[in-house]
Amino acid sequence: MMRNLSALFAGALFGCGLLVSGMIDTAKVQGWLDIFGAWDPTLAFVLGGAVLPMIFVWRVAERRGMSILGTPIPDRVPVRFDPALITGSVMFGAGWALAGFCPGPALASFAYGGWGGALFLLAMVAGMVIAPALSARLTKA
Amino acid sequence: MVVPMDWVWGLVGGLMIGAAAGVYLLVNGRILGASGIIGGLADGTAGPTGREKLAFLLGLVAVPPLLVPLYASVSTNVTASPVVLILAGLLVGVGTRLANGCTSGHGVCGISRFAPRGIVSTLIYLAAGAVTMAVARHVLGVI
Repeated sequence: MMRNLSALFAGALFGCGLLVSGMIDTAKVQGWLDIFGAWDPTLAFVLGGAVLPMIFVWRVAERRGMSILGTPIPDRVPVRFDPALITGSVMFGAGWALAGFCPGPALASFAYGGWGGALFLLAMVAGMVIAPALSARLTKA
Repeated sequence: MVVPMDWVWGLVGGLMIGAAAGVYLLVNGRILGASGIIGGLADGTAGPTGREKLAFLLGLVAVPPLLVPLYASVSTNVTASPVVLILAGLLVGVGTRLANGCTSGHGVCGISRFAPRGIVSTLIYLAAGAVTMAVARHVLGVI
């Protein structure tokens, strides 16, 4: 129960942060990537604002080793720059630029994005579901 | 020099996003990654973490609209091209699952942990995004 309430609160705070920061506006996100056009640096402030408290949180979390509700803090994953990480990141960046949506704001847009946001969301979820099959082909090739 | 209000609100909203990631990590012991939360639910790999993922999504979708009346207008400026939306959605969906993270998991949570995979992924998707924008907007003129 506490676990679900805390997750609900985190989701609400995350969503409010996306709204307040302007990151639900696809034009602002695309503006950040448009370095040869009317460049909009807002996203740097958003990322900076989010990373700063998290540097402190990671220190505390890794020292404790355990969350408040008794879940182990996730281990560091082995450092491997595998083809999936690189190809996936390239694909994500390309899609992010084309529509101005990454997964968080795409979901948030469900509340105010109209049919366009919903269509993107549908395609994104479809992509997430077919990804493992594509990934298997990628590693076989 | 006057600092544009958009930057100030960006910083404030960013701090809220960081605080949300902090709560999810310190209380639940989970990394706040939007693509992992949505993807885990969509492909059924969430397992016992499914309920908290669902609670997270509920908070994300249902609560922020309560703030909307505080704004004169909230615009998302979503493109009207179904082709662009579907292509972009597929790329973001497949890409974030292959890379195992997006702007929140690799970006916010990875960079702040000084995780090499998170930093490398972020540099790559930023570069790919900038190149795609340059080509699609300034060369092809399609977005």
